[in-house]
Amino acid sequence: MHSDPEAIKKSVRLYFMIGAALFLFTGITVAVNQVHLAIPLAITVALIIASIKGSMVASVFMHLSHEKRWIYGALILTVLFFIVLMSVPMFTVSDSIGTPIGAANASHAQPPER
Amino acid sequence: MNIPYTVEERPDSGLANGKLGIWLFLASEVMLFGALFSTYIILRTGAPEWPHGELNIWLGMINTFILIASSVTMVMAWAELKLHNWARHRLFLVLTFVLAGVFLVNKYFEYSSHFAKGEGPWHSTFLAIYFTLTGLHGLHILGGMIVMAYLIGPGASLFKRNPEQFTNRIEYTGLYWHFVDLVWIFLFPVLYLL
Repeated sequence: MHSDPEAIKKSVRLYFMIGAALFLFTGITVAVNQVHLAIPLAITVALIIASIKGSMVASVFMHLSHEKRWIYGALILTVLFFIVLMSVPMFTVSDSIGTPIGAANASHAQPPER
Repeated sequence: MNIPYTVEERPDSGLANGKLGIWLFLASEVMLFGALFSTYIILRTGAPEWPHGELNIWLGMINTFILIASSVTMVMAWAELKLHNWARHRLFLVLTFVLAGVFLVNKYFEYSSHFAKGEGPWHSTFLAIYFTLTGLHGLHILGGMIVMAYLIGPGASLFKRNPEQFTNRIEYTGLYWHFVDLVWIFLFPVLYLL
């Protein structure tokens, strides 16, 4: 975290540049959406741009580019748990991996005969 | 008795207590929104079809611009305080508050148009997750506005008694505000564009 006035004056310019870049990336996200890409590609592009924007906010506005070790430690732990959380949807379908398509649904739809 | 380490850094962590506290709070917020994003993925991948074009992209884009601008004004409010420029600090903090208000007014019009058409959260899975995510985000905006109103109003007197502690409070409010902006940066494409 900067504390001397000269360093902060330099940062002020950076804040406005990052703000402008965030505006630009938002415009690009919407423009790409107007092209009507295939859905998997559209999702990939939109999330990549959102990740770039998010990292700019976190590193510059939230000063994460020069923080103390304790904060990095807490955030690394958060990221690990976040990855687990995002993996939960995969577990919901993992029990049907290897099952022919339609077989899993058919077995759910009709109760087994006795 | 004074609360220790509100301004000076702890010898073990090298951080003031408030700084570590706000980051731990933000970590818990990541998990809260993470759980909802995870729910969104489950609902979307499990749905036979997913609606497109139900939301007004342009209104969503304007709200994204508003929140980005408010993040810039928030960080400027902190920077001006560090530069001992009280008047400019006040200007930027009030601007942030106003931009947050404009965001909520836009959201109000957006919600109203949906409800006028009978499209509440009960209407579809998509609208249920849309109202849950944006509603929770809106509550965070409101929470930030309450804190800012305090720092603009009665809380501002702390600057005269303890300017460093007041600067820290602005910094922590800023960290929270940037996080709220960051969440919207992901909400906008996920809900409005994809």
